[in-house]
Amino acid sequence: MTVHNIRVGESKRGDASDGTLAEAVGGRLSRVDGPAKITGAAKYAVEQQLEGLAYAVLVESTIASGKVRAIDTASAEASPGVLRVLTPDTIISLRTASDWLGTTPPDKPYCPLARDITFSGQHVAAVVAETFEQAVAAAALVNVSYDETPSIVDLSDGKAGDGIAIDAMTKEWGDAPAAFAAAPVRICAAYNTPREYQAPMEPHGLIARWEGDRLTVWEPSQWLDGMARTYAEWFEVPFENVRLVSPYIGGGFGSKALALSHGAVAASAAKMIGRPVKLVMTRPQTFTGYGGRAATRQTVTIGADRDGVIQSIVHRGVNETSIDGMWVEPLGSVTSIMYATPNFSSKQNVVRVNSVVPGAMRAPGENPSAFGIESAIDELAYEVGIDPLEIRLRNYAEQDPHAKKAWSTRQLREAFAAGAERFGWSRRSPKPRSMRDGNQLIGWGVAAGTYPVRRAYGEAVVRILADGSVEVESSSIDMGQGTYTILAQTAAETLGVPADDVVVKLGDSRFARAGVSGGSRLAGVMTGAVHKAATSALDQLVGLAISDPRSPFHALQANTLVVANGRIGSPRGDGPDVSIAELLKSVGRDRIEATGDTMPANSTAEDRYKNYTTIAMALPHTEGDYSRYSWCAHFIEVRVDEDFGTVRVSRVVSALDSGRLYNPKLAESQWKGGIIMGIGQALLEEGIMDRRHGRIVNNNLADYLVPTNADIPDIEVISVGIPDPHSSALGGKGVGELGIVGVAPAIANAVFHATGKRVRDLPITLEKLI
Amino acid sequence: MRDFSYLRATSTDAARQAAALPGAMLLAGGTTLIDLAKCGVAEPDTLVDITHLKGLDRIAVDERGATIGALARMGHVADHADIKSRFPAISEALWQAASAQIRNMATIGGNLMQRTRCPYFRDPANFAACNKRVSGSGCSAIGGVTRGHAVLGTSEACIAMYPGDLATALVAFDATVHLGERKLLVDDFFLLPGTTPDREHAIEPGEMITAIAIPGSAAARRSTYLKIRDRQSYEFAAASAAVGIEFEADGRTIRDLRVALGGVATKPWRVRAVEDALKGKVLEPETVRAASLLAVEGAVDHGANHYKIELAPRVVARAILKLGETA
Ligand SMILES: Cc1cc2nc3c(=O)[nH]c(=O)nc-3n(C[C@H](O)[C@H](O)[C@H](O)COP(=O)(O)OP(=O)(O)OC[C@H]3O[C@@H](n4cnc5c(N)ncnc54)[C@H](O)[C@@H]3O)c2cc1C
Ligand code: SF4
Repeated sequence: MTVHNIRVGESKRGDASDGTLAEAVGGRLSRVDGPAKITGAAKYAVEQQLEGLAYAVLVESTIASGKVRAIDTASAEASPGVLRVLTPDTIISLRTASDWLGTTPPDKPYCPLARDITFSGQHVAAVVAETFEQAVAAAALVNVSYDETPSIVDLSDGKAGDGIAIDAMTKEWGDAPAAFAAAPVRICAAYNTPREYQAPMEPHGLIARWEGDRLTVWEPSQWLDGMARTYAEWFEVPFENVRLVSPYIGGGFGSKALALSHGAVAASAAKMIGRPVKLVMTRPQTFTGYGGRAATRQTVTIGADRDGVIQSIVHRGVNETSIDGMWVEPLGSVTSIMYATPNFSSKQNVVRVNSVVPGAMRAPGENPSAFGIESAIDELAYEVGIDPLEIRLRNYAEQDPHAKKAWSTRQLREAFAAGAERFGWSRRSPKPRSMRDGNQLIGWGVAAGTYPVRRAYGEAVVRILADGSVEVESSSIDMGQGTYTILAQTAAETLGVPADDVVVKLGDSRFARAGVSGGSRLAGVMTGAVHKAATSALDQLVGLAISDPRSPFHALQANTLVVANGRIGSPRGDGPDVSIAELLKSVGRDRIEATGDTMPANSTAEDRYKNYTTIAMALPHTEGDYSRYSWCAHFIEVRVDEDFGTVRVSRVVSALDSGRLYNPKLAESQWKGGIIMGIGQALLEEGIMDRRHGRIVNNNLADYLVPTNADIPDIEVISVGIPDPHSSALGGKGVGELGIVGVAPAIANAVFHATGKRVRDLPITLEKLI
Repeated sequence: MRDFSYLRATSTDAARQAAALPGAMLLAGGTTLIDLAKCGVAEPDTLVDITHLKGLDRIAVDERGATIGALARMGHVADHADIKSRFPAISEALWQAASAQIRNMATIGGNLMQRTRCPYFRDPANFAACNKRVSGSGCSAIGGVTRGHAVLGTSEACIAMYPGDLATALVAFDATVHLGERKLLVDDFFLLPGTTPDREHAIEPGEMITAIAIPGSAAARRSTYLKIRDRQSYEFAAASAAVGIEFEADGRTIRDLRVALGGVATKPWRVRAVEDALKGKVLEPETVRAASLLAVEGAVDHGANHYKIELAPRVVARAILKLGETA
């Protein structure tokens, strides 16, 4: 069991072209976990080799709605190597766990294997065997019979109805319908996004091992403490008895934050057979074992005057959820804040369909919301004959139109200016179909994006060891976004040691607790916590140096000392100059340890538990006097073949405001990753449903298309952010989710400019354009 | 557990004999076969690994034509200098197929034999009805998701599209499949589904593809493979065209023309109607576009695949016109 250790010195330095030292906060230090991943040394959760490991394989429902009549396990049980066949009747009983808000659950048993079928691909049984192959073979022998009932396939199903009104989503001011009716220019259109899937490289899976009533789970996780809480509640053991280990994550995109039913199956199986059990989803199972992005529909109506100044926005949204779960994809989130409007109304319904409960996928809510409003304002621009960039500036929201508060920082105007300049927007010919290169119609589109700054409290341990090196510990995680790297930078800068001397340990729930790594909050939360812990360690170090009689500085009677490059000296350089290791030796200490957390001072143990294992204590982004968001503007060129309808993105320039960047190189990669995912969303990604069976049929990566390198042009990203003291301790705002928001509408707008065809249903596949 | 035996063939004859036994299957690069075994479609009792056979990966090209051994890798053939210069359509069909990793593993013999991507065919656990898998069980695709299905050569029993790119180029240039001594035109090697979609090739038990041969021609020398798809790489064709052209001395009048369609039919689809309509004509955009419409004569759609009927003639026309430009 390797707990993960990474030394900064193993990776190549970033260039320090901006003048910042690569290893200081704000420097372009390369990913410190890069070499381990590239050489294969990085051990992912399910790669652990454990003594006595058994293998579980899931059996899934082949109908979308109905009841399990019977499960015949006889031939599976007789199959070689089979240790146990789990069905709803034979699996141990679990307790229902609380949700991610920590809401007290109903006091009833929980069974991760279903008798009542509410979607195709639901787990109904599992086989545990000595080898993976034996488990696969036996799983195919489990014979499940069903009593099938008609299913509600999707939002367009006649049986789906209008759904449930989610009043908490309603946002209204002024009199939007009346102002719309009175407006001289009116546009109204419907925008749809399909089911989309996170499709991480590393499929979901875990190894679960019980030792008495202690459970260890090796599982890729965006939230160790939250998942540990769920496991603890399911199995009715103390939270402290559950250890989650997740040193690396092969992509999450929102899908790995919660303990899911397959985890309950594996941990139950391990308990039942008294051996560690490994369960890994097949790629097809990753399309039904947990939820992707819900399909959405929105209507956006905008009333404006002839100069394109918005008078009213009326927005209605619908997203699908499952038959017995609730997922709300907040569709009015961008609609309500992007543009100034005196009159506004947004409402949302949720419709139950026979699907797995949808889940979080990069920028849930903001992403589809932006597709609606950023397409609609483009339509308005053409309607009134104003440049799409100009109309956005004309309706610029000088404050948060919904919260009616000042923006903490909003560098969106700067983003428009910088992006337009780099892209050459002023050379755009306004008319659709007016730019071409041979058979290629060329279109230029713009759209804005935003994502709220989600804030929470964090905790970290910083240790200065006898040899002068530094350890940072946190149960937060790195799923590729660069946590290892920026926390090393933060500790190095705060303590005055080279980043080479910092070891960051993450991904073990035994470490200092951490909340969810989602909503682009982790960097802001954790740099703040590490900064605090490191500051307190530094105070201890300096305090010892000044006050300990054995210290070489004792005689100096200084009231402070400076630590730089791992050495301690007096501010004026007139006293001794010793290394941290030498100082610790002289005062007879083998370490200094400090825990830092950013919780309010009077927090109780219960507050802490709640803070790290639920999202109930997240700080609202409109708390206090400010409204806090990240912002971006995407300028995109597409080439559409006039005969074939194929769309290729040929140029992207995006300017983004994520506040201060802790590491520009990593932030740029995150932004680009988001933009690439946005290109996939705009042009390729869609779960395709067999309506008779209620089943997604393109449930593999040959048929569910994500972009390849050949689909991605050079992407230029420009940082226009400034430090935002209201958003985080060190001035950063969110990075990870921002980049995807607004990409799909920028592409759809460019496609309209190229072809004169407005595509309002994603993805924009070729048959929609020929 | 599904046990199977693995046999490494030491000679072509031994391979053929072993493969003649019931439940035996040849294993080449494995990129189709192992995939289908994982989906539960292929359930071999014996795998006869032919990748160690000597001499079957040769590529020989001269003015009379090219002979490509069944074990030559897709990637090697695509990069072969003489294939590129004498048969550009073949090289282009190959490098636009699959991914670099697959092309490095996959063989030419296996490539011809690849199976349809029909999602119902590939998911026996959820869709019992598939005439191609189990004769007489019905067709799950008809009435279901058909975006990728064929519009040409379909039957009531099966509308599955043949997804291969190479065979489309081969059929345009009258290539033959060598099954040892027996030689068959590629066009005859692939069968229409008719009432027996489970039978896809005119290959008998105990036979094995040893090579393919492509006659050299002026049309093959001036040829191209145009593949259209939503994703720029690593996707099967929405529609594709293999086209070769030979002009009269005037450089404008079409002497010889070869046209085959991929991505739209149940087998590699030669379209002689387009060839005949244009032979002897001067290459003009209007004439070419009008003639290209003949490519989809008799096409039948199943809803979501209707776009293929629009798309295919445009792909043919573009490919022909592109070759004209390089005159
Ligand atoms: C994700 C993905 C994308 C792909 N995209 C494309 C694409 O865009 N275009 C395209 O054309 N192809 C594509 N392919 C298909 C790929 O080209 C084939 O899988 C490959 O060519 C098969 O060759 P192989 O050597 O791996 O065959 P194997 O998998 O070893 O064998 C395939 C079949 O052929 C039989 N066989 C093998 N050799 C012989 C022989 N000498 N004689 C008789 N029978 C034989 C085997 O018994 C088996 O039934 C794709 C495949 C995948 C998995
Ligand atoms: S189209 Fe052919 S392969 Fe697909 S389900 Fe029907 S019979 Fe099977």
